[in-house]
Amino acid sequence: MLDVAGHVLSFSLYEGLVFGFVAIGVYLTFRVLGFPDLTVDGSFALGGAVAAVFIASGVNPFLATLAAFGAGLCAGLVTSLLNTKLRIPALLAGILVMVALYSINLRVMGGAYVSLLREVTIFDLTSQFLGLETRIAYSLLVAGVLAVIVFFILNWFLRTEIGLALRATGDNEQMVRGFGVNTDMTTILGVSISNGLVAFGGAVVAQRQGFADVGMGIGIIVMGLASVIIGEALFRPKGVARLLLAALGGAFIYRLVISVALRLGMAPGDLKLITAVLVIIALAVPYLQKRVQREWLPPAARW
Amino acid sequence: MTENKSLLKLSKITKVFSKGTIDEVTALDKINLDVDAEDYIAIIGSNGAGKTTLLNIIAGVFPPENGGRIIVNDKEVSNLSEYRRASYIGRVYQDPHIGTAAKMSIEENMAMALLRGRPRGLRVASNKQRRELFRAALAPLGLGLEDRLNALVGTLSGGQRQALALVMTTLSKPALLLLDEHIATLDPRTAQIVLDLTEMLVQREKMTTIMVTHNMEVALRHGNRLIMMHKGRIVVDMNQEQKADLTINDLVVAFERASGEEFVDDKVLLHNGNVVGISDL
Repeated sequence: MLDVAGHVLSFSLYEGLVFGFVAIGVYLTFRVLGFPDLTVDGSFALGGAVAAVFIASGVNPFLATLAAFGAGLCAGLVTSLLNTKLRIPALLAGILVMVALYSINLRVMGGAYVSLLREVTIFDLTSQFLGLETRIAYSLLVAGVLAVIVFFILNWFLRTEIGLALRATGDNEQMVRGFGVNTDMTTILGVSISNGLVAFGGAVVAQRQGFADVGMGIGIIVMGLASVIIGEALFRPKGVARLLLAALGGAFIYRLVISVALRLGMAPGDLKLITAVLVIIALAVPYLQKRVQREWLPPAARW
Repeated sequence: MTENKSLLKLSKITKVFSKGTIDEVTALDKINLDVDAEDYIAIIGSNGAGKTTLLNIIAGVFPPENGGRIIVNDKEVSNLSEYRRASYIGRVYQDPHIGTAAKMSIEENMAMALLRGRPRGLRVASNKQRRELFRAALAPLGLGLEDRLNALVGTLSGGQRQALALVMTTLSKPALLLLDEHIATLDPRTAQIVLDLTEMLVQREKMTTIMVTHNMEVALRHGNRLIMMHKGRIVVDMNQEQKADLTINDLVVAFERASGEEFVDDKVLLHNGNVVGISDL
């Protein structure tokens, strides 16, 4: 029993770290920039596809993972250019790129599926290097080290002069322009980095599960949102470092809940429905609370 | 009066909104304006006179119609976007929420403001030296904000936020300061604090300032030049000597004569009423 609990916990921790990249990416767009970016579903699969194809053709898996990050950057670049230069609403721009990426991912992989079972991944390299036996131990280690690196880089970046301009863009775009910030640039930068991180997560997930397939990104945006919302609700973070940790923590709790539910016999196919319902409840509760307290409420946002 | 060099020159500035529709409005009608360095101009006028449009044109929110030129410090800026003009121009808005970022701390807001018009890099935005600078800039407000650098701006009151916005805007000493009815939404006491602060900063930093206001008394008491706008034109332009002995009633008469109409702005009339009370004393 304890064994099972330990396994569920460590597995959730691992998944929380890996999907934490997605959660941090979603946090960057939705919360920091106020840019509801739906590209994520496409860029997650793009990251998996690019990493898998590179690894299958013999490229060093770490380089392949980095290439996936670069591909995600490009996807985010397209979405943010559609929004800032052609004035297509953020939601629609994200959906357009997400749909386009489906075809692109098929082209990248030359099919719907690329297997990595016989390939050397970042996990294999690390386990060889460290001589670790159990899969979960080195999976945790790799994911943990990567998460720590991403955390420190972002925690530093968001407090630099550019990072501050980026955060202020999401907070008060009019004011930031008045202080000489090109808000198109900060938006492009933020959305690109976000999708880079999401693709990075996709690359790690593909290597761990041993394959990339064209459908692996479906519903990832909802999962990322669920993680962000759970993290905010549980940890009530203040300040950049804590917000980033809350996104990671939220991803962990979310994966933990899902793991437990699967253990208790939930059909894996129901996962996305349950995640969607979780997010709906999390979004609806604050509104309903205000309604009960008869507070003034703005009309629902359409975009 | 000493002759100062020209800081801002507007020539033939016209702005038409909703062009070609039945709602077409000429918000600015061939405006020419020369502003000397260290001028402190108060602009008054009824609703729809074009005061805010004028500030928007100067700040670069939208361009003037063809043929209009805007020159700041001998440099033509007519085609520069708003964020590029920000290195010369600072602006405080009527709504305190526009001038500050709610989800960031006071320190972060000020660090952001400090870099107006300078390239932003990958250095951490705030450090000990800059924090000292922020504290020194906030202390004269007397609001205790200098001890609350880590407080989120969203937790401050409207008056505190407006005072902060003013300090932030002047922190990097822009060549031209635009004040867009910046005390209009504040309660009388806070409005006075912000107004005194404005006066202090403008005098100390010798900043060239254009202040739009609805309040005739404020317009008379502050600044060395008074401009009245009506229907997109400048109808009254007085220098320091001309406005020195002016009363509100003189201003109303001047306005009626210049515009050829009865003075109908209820907001201005209200202030007028107040001042009649004061002159009775």
